[in-house]
Formats: sequence, C-alpha cells, structure tokens
Amino acid sequence: MESMLHITTLHYLVLGAALFLLGVIGVLTRRNVVIVLMSIELILNAVNLNLVAFSRMWGGLHGQVFAIFVITDAAAEAAVGLGILIAFFRNKETVNIDEVNLLKW
Amino acid sequence: MAPVATPFFFYLLSGIMLIGGILVITRKNPVHSALALIVTLLAQASIYLMLYAPFVAGVQIILYAGGIMVLFLFVIMLVSIERSMKERQFNSQWVVGMSAATALGGLFIAVYTKGKDIFPDHALSMVEDDNTQKVATMLYGQYMFAFEIASLLLLVAIIGAVVMAKKRI
Amino acid sequence: MHEIIQYIESYLTSDKTPGAAGNMFWALVYIMLVFAGLSVAVIAMNWLERKILAHMQVRLGPMRVGPHGLLQPIADAIKLLLKEDIMPAEADGFVFWMAPLIVVLAAFTVFVVVPFGPTHAITDMNIGILFMLGVSSLSVLGIVMAGWASNSHYPLIGALRSSAQMVSYEVAMGLAVVSAILMTSLNAEGTGTLSMIGIVQAQQAQGEWFIFKFFPLGLIAFFIFAVAMVAETNRAPFDLAEAESELTAGFHTEYSGFRWSLFFLAEYSAMIAVSSIAVTLWLGGWLRPFPNLLSGSTWDLLFSLFPGVTFLLFAAICFYNTARMPKHPLFRIQTIGLAGFGAVLGVIGLVLFVPAVSVRVQDIFWFSTKVAGFMYLYIWYRGTFPRYRFDQLMRMGWKVLLPMGLGVLILTASVALLQQKIWHP
Repeated sequence: MESMLHITTLHYLVLGAALFLLGVIGVLTRRNVVIVLMSIELILNAVNLNLVAFSRMWGGLHGQVFAIFVITDAAAEAAVGLGILIAFFRNKETVNIDEVNLLKW
Repeated sequence: MAPVATPFFFYLLSGIMLIGGILVITRKNPVHSALALIVTLLAQASIYLMLYAPFVAGVQIILYAGGIMVLFLFVIMLVSIERSMKERQFNSQWVVGMSAATALGGLFIAVYTKGKDIFPDHALSMVEDDNTQKVATMLYGQYMFAFEIASLLLLVAIIGAVVMAKKRI
Repeated sequence: MHEIIQYIESYLTSDKTPGAAGNMFWALVYIMLVFAGLSVAVIAMNWLERKILAHMQVRLGPMRVGPHGLLQPIADAIKLLLKEDIMPAEADGFVFWMAPLIVVLAAFTVFVVVPFGPTHAITDMNIGILFMLGVSSLSVLGIVMAGWASNSHYPLIGALRSSAQMVSYEVAMGLAVVSAILMTSLNAEGTGTLSMIGIVQAQQAQGEWFIFKFFPLGLIAFFIFAVAMVAETNRAPFDLAEAESELTAGFHTEYSGFRWSLFFLAEYSAMIAVSSIAVTLWLGGWLRPFPNLLSGSTWDLLFSLFPGVTFLLFAAICFYNTARMPKHPLFRIQTIGLAGFGAVLGVIGLVLFVPAVSVRVQDIFWFSTKVAGFMYLYIWYRGTFPRYRFDQLMRMGWKVLLPMGLGVLILTASVALLQQKIWHP
C-alpha cells in the first residue's frame, strides 16, 4: 500500500508499458487502417510518457526535448499515413488492411 | 504538491488513459476510437504537467489534440466507413498478433519486476518557472541540428502527403 | 471578525494571481467572477449585435421586450430553455450530446489565463499563450463532432468546411503570435516569455505596445492575427461554416433549444477569448493609453476617472431615453425600469470614483474597453463585408496570410538581432 501511494518513476513506466501494449494489440489485430494508425499514435505517446518520466527522474530536460521531436515525427507520420490511406481508399474503395495484398504472390 | 494529491491524480489520469486506450482499440466506429484517443491524449497532457513538463503538455494539446486528431477526424469523414463497420473487425492473423502482444506483455512484466530496484524511488522536483526558456535554449542550442532535420522531415511529409492524396498533380 | 477582514485584505493587496499564490478559495471566487462577467458580456453582446446591425441597416432592431428591447436576450434565453430538445433519430447519441459540451468547455477554459490586470487573472501559467491557443483549437473538435453526429448533409459539410478553415488559419495565427512573442525577448537578459502577464509586462518595460513596435512589422503581425481570428471564430465575412444561404445553419443545423444556445454561448465567448489574446499581445493588455508619455500623478488621476465617467455616461444615456419614453400609461413599468437601470449604472459609476476601488478596477476597465472595441469590429464586419467563397478563403489563408506571417517573423527576428548587435552592442 505504501508503494502504491508513493508515486515513483516506475509507476509512470508501467503506465507507459500498458499504453504501449494496447497500441501493439491495436496494430497487430485491428483491420481498419484508421484505427491501426491511431494505435501507432498510442505507441508513440507511450514512448513520450517514458521519455518525460525519465527526464524528471534525472532532473534534465533532454527527455522533454526528445518528446517534442517524437511529437513532430508523429505529426509527419499521421500526415503521410492518412495521405496513403486516402490514396488506398480511392483505389480499393475500402479501408481494410487485409486487402492491401497487391504484393502478395 | 501535497502527498495525497499526487497519487490521486496519477491514478485518476492513468485510469482515464487506460480506459481511453482500450476504447481506441475495441470500438467498431473509427470516430468513437478517435474521440477516445483524444481523451487519452488530454489525460496524458495532464500527466506531463504532473511531471513538471508544462511546455510538452502545451505542445501535446496544440499539436496532437488540436492538429493531428482533427486531421484524423477529417479523413474519417472523407472515406466512407459504413461498409467496414459492418464487416469483421479483427484481421485474419489476430491470433498470432495477440500471442505476440501477450509475449511482449510478459516481457514488460519480467523486466519491471526484476529491474524495479534500479530506479531511484525519490521523486526529483524540477523548477517549473522557466521550463519553456530552458527547453528553447536546448532546442536552439544543443539540438539545433536535430531541430533542422525535423523541419526537413516535416517538409518531406507535407510533400508526401500532397503527392499521396491528390488525384492529379 | 477582524481576522476575516485581514484574510480578505491580504488577498486584495496581494501582488500575485490567486493561482500563482496557490490560494484555491480565491481562485474559485475569481472563476465565478469571470464566468458571471462572461455570461453578462455574452447577453449584452447578443443585444448590442442586433441593435447595432439594425441601426447600420437603418432598422430599429428589437424594440418590444423592455425599453429599446433591453430584455430581449433574456426573453430569448427563456424561449430556448423551454423549447423541446430534439435529437435526430439517426444521430449518434453520445457524440451528439458531447459536442456542445466540448465546445463550451474549450471556450470557457481559455479564460483561466486571460490577464485582466497584473493580479486579476485566475492564474498565470508559464505556457499561457500556448495554453490559450491549444485549448481554443479544441473547439474545432466539438464542431466536427457536432457535424458528424447529426448524420445529415448540411451539418457534415459545415463541419468539414469549418475544420478545414480553422486548421488553415491556425497556422497564420500562430506565426503572428510567434512574432509578438519574439518581441518580448528584447530585454537585457534576452529571454522572452509565453506567460500572458509576462507579455504585457514586457510591453510595459519596453514602453511600447507591440502593435507600434518596429513599425510597421508589429502592425502587420497584428493585422494577420486580426484577420485570422475572425476566420478562427467562424464569423462574417468568413462564416462559410454556417452560411445560411448555402448550408442553412452549418454544423448546428440539427441542434435546437438548450444545446443550440450552448453553441451560441461558445461562439461569443470564443470571440471574446481571441480578442483578449489580440489585446494582450499587441494592445498592451490592461495598460492605460500612453503610460509613458503622459505619466505623473496628475495624468494617473485623470485616467483613473475614466471608469466612473464611462458608467455615468451610460447612466446619462439611460436617463435621456427615460425622458423620451412615450408618456402613455402602458409604458409606465418600462419607464420606471429604464430609470432604475440608469440609477444602478449611475451608482456603480459613483462607486468607481472612490480611489480605493478605482485603483483596483481600472486595469479591468482598460482591458474590457479594448476587448469591447474588438467586439464592435466583429459586428461592423458582419454589417459591411460580403461573404467569401470557400476557395477564396483558402487562398487567402495559405497564399496571402501564411507567407506574410513568415516574412514578418523573419523580418522581426532580423531587426531585433540588428538592434541588439549594432545599436545597443
């Protein structure tokens, strides 16, 4: 109980791991491309949470700066990913990731 | 910060985040997923505030919740989602995916139970007053090169998105 | 009893905002005050907009409910509350229910950091302006949700237009804001600030409102913001999201009764919020006109009379119109009411002449006056400008305002650098 009430870095890391796991499950099992992309955002956020938690643990700001870079990457990823999604939808009239199988022999 | 407030808000916010995360990956309707993700992101911004990172929290709200998620909602409305909502929601390899995820979860549990002693349990308190100024000094000082590369990455992403989404260029 | 007075006095004389001082009770009082003031402002704005628009078009506007239609907003509010709340059968219930809440929450939350005076803000954040821009950009989510959840054509098109417009104009708006924030760093230490109070204090320290700084650079940045903020709040001439002739009412077509009034409330408080950003960043926030040029105790005294004089002027207008009311016995209650209203305004005006009160209130007065000027501009735009076409709107945002914003930002940075390196080495 004592360790439950005393919030340490480990608590934040466990939360980050749980979010990461949820994201991984979403990416690996869902069929809708939009939700897969959102799960990737979940994963990136879990990483950010860890970075900021470590930043507080060491008292430096490198983790926060890296979190900002990760957010930048997430923006770029979302823009390109959604662009691909629109191109895909235009060609196949579907958003199911199972049907991206042109390269399958 | 009072010692009672920190655990209370931590458990409240992490509960919101986890419920939001579960809703993201289980909802049939992508719009509901997106809304759950927005709730998760806002709760995470509050957690950043608890971790003495107000600037990252602000960036999280303005970029993620205000920018990226609007883009998501916009695209969901452009593509028709009625058909995919009526179909099977999980892909054909979901058994493999779930077992891989379970293995990853086991790995996390193993790592954190074995290695929890290496984390110092004292919570450092950082000065919050000039957080923005310090982050700015680092971004434009030590991480200048990375910053420029990030701007280049964004340029490439803009061009890529336009090339992908436009019918005729 | 004595302790309670001391307790209250210690906050009245505090030099910190209640949030920064960590006093939850006082912060709660401030939140209530801001909320009440905002509600009154929205009600007043509703009446003023209809009256001013009417007079611009040589009409009378609301005249029946109360003297000169003064009670019209209250009658409207009662009507909206009593109306049946309709939810379309095909609507997505939960999202439909959440959308107005999100819009209202986003519109009201931003006022947490609005500085009505050096100590008259709920709290002062290190990331103040970032917080304001971020939270006000959340309202677009509510609009998109409303449009989508209605499951109807016009709301969906309105929501798509609105979100595209708000996302586009946010870019130009952000660039203009950055060029103003850059100006806050022109001090001895060379560090700027994002805090709303800090921004106004920087203008005070530099002895110049940022709209006049590096003329015309500050003016151009202000102009970009002033255009972008009209687009951001979906007001005429950029009100394509709710263009009546094309989309009936845009994203809130399917909303009725109380939910619709929430959207209405959010729209007006968002207008006040962006105007407060503009006032804080470029027009010196709570600073009175010419604090440096016309300094000294005589000028201080003269300017501290302004709040009281303004209220006395309002009272005089009321009394003048009381005298002009029709003498028919049917109008007796209205005449008495108007005279009473004038008397209340007059008493407030007299109280504002008390030095102890006017010292604390004049910051709030100057801030509100500047914001009221912007509110008048909004009505003026609506009365005079024709609506843009959507492609014109997008072209304006991306091809005019964005390059202008970038250019102003680069020029401001260069001039600031030159000033630091050459003129003040």
